[in-house]
Amino acid sequence: MTSSTASGPSVRVLPRLDDSNRFFWTSGEDGRLRFLRCGGCHHYVHPPVPRCPYCLDGPLVPEVVSGRGVVHSFTVNHQQWIPGSDPYVIGLVTIAEQEDVRLTTNLVDCAPDAVRIGMAVEVTFERSDDVWLPLFKPSVGAP
Amino acid sequence: MSTPERLERRSIISGIGQSDVGRRLGRGELDLTVDACLQAIGDAGLTRDDIDGLATFPGAGVGTGGFAGPSTPEVQDALRLKLNWHDGGLEGPGQLRAVFAACLAVAAGLARHVLVYRTVTESTAQGEGGRQGIGGAVGGRGVPRFPGVMQWTLPYGAVSAANWLAWIAQRRMFEFGLTREQLAWIALNGRRNAALNPKAIYRDPMSLDDYLAARMISTPLCLYDCDAPCDGSTAVVVSHADYAPDTPHTACHVNAIGTALRGRPSWDQFDDMTTFSARDAAASMWARTELRPGDIDVAELYDGFSILTMVWLEELGLCGKGESGPFVEGGRRIALDGPTPLNTSGGQLSAGRLHGFGMLHEACVQLRGIGGARQIPTSPEVAAVAAGGGPIAGCMLLTRGPS
Repeated sequence: MTSSTASGPSVRVLPRLDDSNRFFWTSGEDGRLRFLRCGGCHHYVHPPVPRCPYCLDGPLVPEVVSGRGVVHSFTVNHQQWIPGSDPYVIGLVTIAEQEDVRLTTNLVDCAPDAVRIGMAVEVTFERSDDVWLPLFKPSVGAP
Repeated sequence: MSTPERLERRSIISGIGQSDVGRRLGRGELDLTVDACLQAIGDAGLTRDDIDGLATFPGAGVGTGGFAGPSTPEVQDALRLKLNWHDGGLEGPGQLRAVFAACLAVAAGLARHVLVYRTVTESTAQGEGGRQGIGGAVGGRGVPRFPGVMQWTLPYGAVSAANWLAWIAQRRMFEFGLTREQLAWIALNGRRNAALNPKAIYRDPMSLDDYLAARMISTPLCLYDCDAPCDGSTAVVVSHADYAPDTPHTACHVNAIGTALRGRPSWDQFDDMTTFSARDAAASMWARTELRPGDIDVAELYDGFSILTMVWLEELGLCGKGESGPFVEGGRRIALDGPTPLNTSGGQLSAGRLHGFGMLHEACVQLRGIGGARQIPTSPEVAAVAAGGGPIAGCMLLTRGPS
């Protein structure tokens, strides 16, 4: 990887896995992204909560999504909060399935100054210990 | 629906006080707090025996070094106060939540004179390595693990409000065509006013070129878009409005407070990334008053990051939606002698991160006409104060004389 291609911070601070979030942070083990989805009203729900906040009724079950999304906003971080980090892109990605579900992520496999709001992206995973972090890269064949 | 009772109008700011403000003063937080509190009590024409309420934001034990200030029990004991009401806490409509709570306490008759303070010693803590990004906890063996809300951002190096607020700025550039040359005027205006404020941290002139040449923190926000950590304490006395005739100085009447939070309380899930909850706080404030945006004579709008001031300008109706860029560009409209004087003490960008309470203090200074070299030339009657941003925001209108 060259310095002109964005990755992430030099050190990954990882989530603490528990029964509510383990499905999400380990989802990438089979290369697919999952979110909780309501069996009643069919909304995707993120972050995980015990009961569907839309209908307050149906069961919430992890479900595979396409892994596609759109960049809603982004920033290229330069400050050395985490020493030794090259500039990295912190993206905010809206998933293709539902416009009010967003992920904070790193936009990778492209030059930081090539990132644009509205850009089509797709998920890729970076494994760190027992966590598969969803990152996003430009979609193949995107305009 | 009947008009709701607007109980905040039964409250006034009867006194104001502020300790020394500076970089690495090397004085304790309680020391600075007592200075500010005694000054505010005296300014209100009271003694400590009159104070029967005490409130602060956020109270001890939260945040990184130098952020929280002393707890209300520490201040109560330091001043040997006998309290009928007391309150401290982090959650609520921004830093002003402590002031709002005090207004409602006096309106409800729980207390008559509430001392409200906010103290920071972030500059000293920074010098001791106590205020740093989460990166400070990284390194050595073992990577820390986070539960709760931070798990969604920290793994990606989104560790600072600078990162989250950069999203707002970037989105506003996309939606409204905001430019860095426009955003710069929040910092340039602040520096211009800070030159007239003897207590400001940074008083040297700043040019547009200086701004554009500053190092990037998180695009598009540069160093001068981020406020300056400082040491200092600000205090006010919130009294029942029936004390107004007896105050030694002009009382600042609370006309309306804005406290709403209608979008999702989240840095990355809030529906409108260009406004966040400033939208809700401002709307709820305007629903509680007959005053209109055109009545505002002076605006003290939170600039923890420059972009937040732009949001407040729009959401408070001082300019149109998406128009804050052209509105501030060139700095004439927002100058001390312009139609919308803004952040007249220099704001947090240049006068120091007094965390919202500096805004409130300065609004009272201007309404009372004691701003000295930085006093706006018109005789202001209505001041807008806003603090916070993102999913944490509150605002209020103060008037000279009763509403």
